[in-house]
Amino acid sequence: MKKFIVAVAIFGVFVVYSLGIRHQNPVIGKPTSLATNNPPAAATTSSGAGSGTGNTGATSTSSSSSTTGKYKDGTYTGSVADAFYGNVQVSVTISGGKITDVKFLQYPNTHQTSVIINQQAMPYLQQEAIQAQSSNVQVISGATFTSQAFQQSLQAALAQA
Amino acid sequence: MGMPITIEITDNAKEADLNKVFDYFRRVDVQFSPYKPNSELSKVNDGLPREKWSPEFVEVFELCEQTKMQTSGYFNIEHNGKLDPSGLVKGWAIQKAAEQLLGAGFTNFYIEAGGDIQAHGVYMPDTAWQIGIRNPFNIEEIVKVISIRGKGIATSGTYIRGQHIYDPHHGFSDIRHVKSLTVIGPNVYEADRYATAAFAMGESGIAFIEGLPGFEGYQIDDNKIATFTSGFEDYVATAD
Repeated sequence: MKKFIVAVAIFGVFVVYSLGIRHQNPVIGKPTSLATNNPPAAATTSSGAGSGTGNTGATSTSSSSSTTGKYKDGTYTGSVADAFYGNVQVSVTISGGKITDVKFLQYPNTHQTSVIINQQAMPYLQQEAIQAQSSNVQVISGATFTSQAFQQSLQAALAQA
Repeated sequence: MGMPITIEITDNAKEADLNKVFDYFRRVDVQFSPYKPNSELSKVNDGLPREKWSPEFVEVFELCEQTKMQTSGYFNIEHNGKLDPSGLVKGWAIQKAAEQLLGAGFTNFYIEAGGDIQAHGVYMPDTAWQIGIRNPFNIEEIVKVISIRGKGIATSGTYIRGQHIYDPHHGFSDIRHVKSLTVIGPNVYEADRYATAAFAMGESGIAFIEGLPGFEGYQIDDNKIATFTSGFEDYVATAD
């Protein structure tokens, strides 16, 4: 059960993180380490055991804490999740029964941009029937016979896939 | 690249200047042709490891990855387990060739390869470069004349009737009614990669181009109707 809660917490942190990403021009991102603000001293007060020095955080052993915390202290590695543009894998550190650190072990190395097929753009588009023009031009843009053949061959190959 | 290439330089140019550019395209073909069994592309598809890729191949591959991300996967060079970056290489190569000519001191020229064009300067002192958009229903006709200076144009399309278009997200679909999509962009590299991606989006492709600042598009569908972006008419040559 605790593993499930930890997994949900990891997922929750990831969701919050991913919602914070702005979907704009791709930027090379680096894995970040997320730390919550729970001071290690909290472990001392919640444990209720031991002498006045208490624990300093991440290295606490299970015997002196977790009686009041939800999670078992330690560092846990999540499964590798497919985020479409790459894998995400996190590890979370529990101290004093609380999440004190989350690290990305695997991270898609660039932010992706969502393509917004912007329905709001539609009113700005215009339409017309195509009409032959007098060809007073130096050069023509259009698909060529060669690229047609390529497309045809490609599509035939893909049909077998 | 398996396609004819046209270069027109208005400035005084020697045949040697043009030959340099043609030689460049030949080298690009040796590296990137999907039809040549000894091209670098074919070798990569046969398993040539990344450590042995040329710097140009690495550059193109990385640009394709970036474009894929910027288009939510609609630009995708992987087909059937093999790579084919033709939808980006064409514009990329023309762009590089244009930079070579600019570096050599030419200011008035265009380079055209496979229907993609980069144009700089003017055709004549009083006349801008005029580019025709081919009628996909009658390849001897032009349906639009546009005038560009220091920009690039790319047209994605197919003239084959009833062809199914492969959409990386939805697989095969015969609902795609777009016959051709012409994109005007800040340069031909940008125009080509976005025209390729937008064409894979089907009818929504033109809306995608509308949403891209600095790009205009002209999309022709099965019903011979053109849908074009709000700034496209700025490029339409006015009749004399």
